[in-house]
Amino acid sequence: MIKLVDIHKSFGRQKVLDGVNLEIEDGKTTVIIGGSGGGKSVLLKHIIGLLKPDSGQVIVDDVDIVSLNDRDLNEIRKKFGMLFQDAALFDSMNVLENVAFPLKEHTRKKEKEIREIVEERLRAVGLTGVEDKMPSELSGGMRKRVGLARAIAMHPQIVLFDEPTTGLDPVMTEAINELIIETQKIFDLTCVVISHDVQSIFTVGHKIAMLYEGKIIEYGTPEKIKMSSNPVLRQFLSGSLEGPINVI
Amino acid sequence: MNKIAATIDNFGRAILDNIEEMGRILILFLSVLMWMVRPPLKLRLIFRQMEFVGVKSIFVVVLTGTFTGMVMALQGYYGFKMFNAESLVGSTVALGMTRELGPVLTALMVTARAGSAMAAELGTMRVTEQIDALYVMATNPVKHLIVPRVIAGVVMLPLLTVVADFMGILGGYFVGVPILGINSGAFVNNITKMVDLGDIYHGLTKAAFFGLILSVVGCHKGFNTTGGAEGVGRATTEAVVLASVSILISDYFLTAIMF
Ligand SMILES: Nc1ncnc2c1ncn2[C@@H]1O[C@H](COP(=O)(O)OP(=O)(O)OP(=O)(O)O)[C@@H](O)[C@H]1O
Ligand SMILES: [Mg+2]
Repeated sequence: MIKLVDIHKSFGRQKVLDGVNLEIEDGKTTVIIGGSGGGKSVLLKHIIGLLKPDSGQVIVDDVDIVSLNDRDLNEIRKKFGMLFQDAALFDSMNVLENVAFPLKEHTRKKEKEIREIVEERLRAVGLTGVEDKMPSELSGGMRKRVGLARAIAMHPQIVLFDEPTTGLDPVMTEAINELIIETQKIFDLTCVVISHDVQSIFTVGHKIAMLYEGKIIEYGTPEKIKMSSNPVLRQFLSGSLEGPINVI
Repeated sequence: MNKIAATIDNFGRAILDNIEEMGRILILFLSVLMWMVRPPLKLRLIFRQMEFVGVKSIFVVVLTGTFTGMVMALQGYYGFKMFNAESLVGSTVALGMTRELGPVLTALMVTARAGSAMAAELGTMRVTEQIDALYVMATNPVKHLIVPRVIAGVVMLPLLTVVADFMGILGGYFVGVPILGINSGAFVNNITKMVDLGDIYHGLTKAAFFGLILSVVGCHKGFNTTGGAEGVGRATTEAVVLASVSILISDYFLTAIMF
């Protein structure tokens, strides 16, 4: 289980997280929603120790990872896979090498076996025949899908997705959602998904958390969230300009 | 009064910043050492960097070495001619190249070519979150990215310096003997008489040290880049300036210690 306890984080004078409390259940998909620039990516990076909170605890399987040394943190990270918002593919490597990277680093599988796994993962995200292309030769949506394939290459126990469907067409969005749901179910993964897409939120999430002004202001099942009377949430889900969220 | 205080304040802060940066470079160097001895050694990555730092620098090092040797012969000739000691041109060129100009010029050229590229490459990886991605995949970026570059720098700089030394002497010979008419036998004889292996070893030791400086500084600047494409540009410039200055300053102290 992943537990965030009273996380505070500022960059310079800007307070981004202001006391986040959240429990992420094992074997479930938790979706985090919230406004652009609201700190969702920052929150996700805390879960895997890329950012350290100014105060608070990040507990992964009963270990507070905030105070861990590099070596122990590395061990914890082997449980994780992560899709970055901009994919973060290695641009000195082709698609095959990118997806194969975690396999080559942490398993003793043979070249041929790795290639088969990579092709299988790429097929799952709807890509074939791109193994030899470099990341710079791919479209934004294709890069995202390669990043997705890399994140699930090892079948890690916990996968963090930073906006897996942003920038994809509606059909591909549906396919990726389906892929997340399927993989989650088959391997009993713990998934954390950041999403803006209201449709995806309810199809993918077992639990939904809304981040607003540095806090989790609402948490619950999709049904509960749909019924919520919280004005911020109502405005967010309906995409209305009227309400407590100030855009302009 | 306030202005003076502010000036002192700024000055002090600049010094503190510099000391802090020195400290961080030192820490990076120590962690490079630590990761270097921890298996597995990533040979493929090391060879790729050696190719980039070494093989691909040969052409510019050949050019630099040759012309430096040529101009030294020319300058030396006019000086020595006044004392009718033209035959000393050969040994002057050879000593100058092996002890000083070979290592220093090679290091400066490689800094401009490869040190800057290291900063730019790692800087881009930093701002596009590729370094974060390495952490996430439980791969230490110091081991994966920096160790191979530092090894390549330390190993390849002496080799390139040998090339520069040789080409410099050859260039000196070319200008001295056929063009200026110095006796060929005297030219070569003087070199073998005046230059001993110690001179060459000292030069190569310097070169290895310069290779360490340029790779560690280049990696440090790139690794700690912030601020997008502009930040990458800044990191690259700073890497070249800091590495070049450090090479020239350390050259003095190395010379003072060794000779
Ligand atoms: N490394 C950093 N240094 C300084 N400020 C940062 C850093 N990372 C994020 N921020 C700031 O923190 C705030 C939240 O950023 P974050 O990327 O988490 O937003 P987000 O909720 O993911 O938005 P989006 O939906 O647009 O991706 C932003 O205002 C951003 O400027
Ligand atoms: Mg984001």
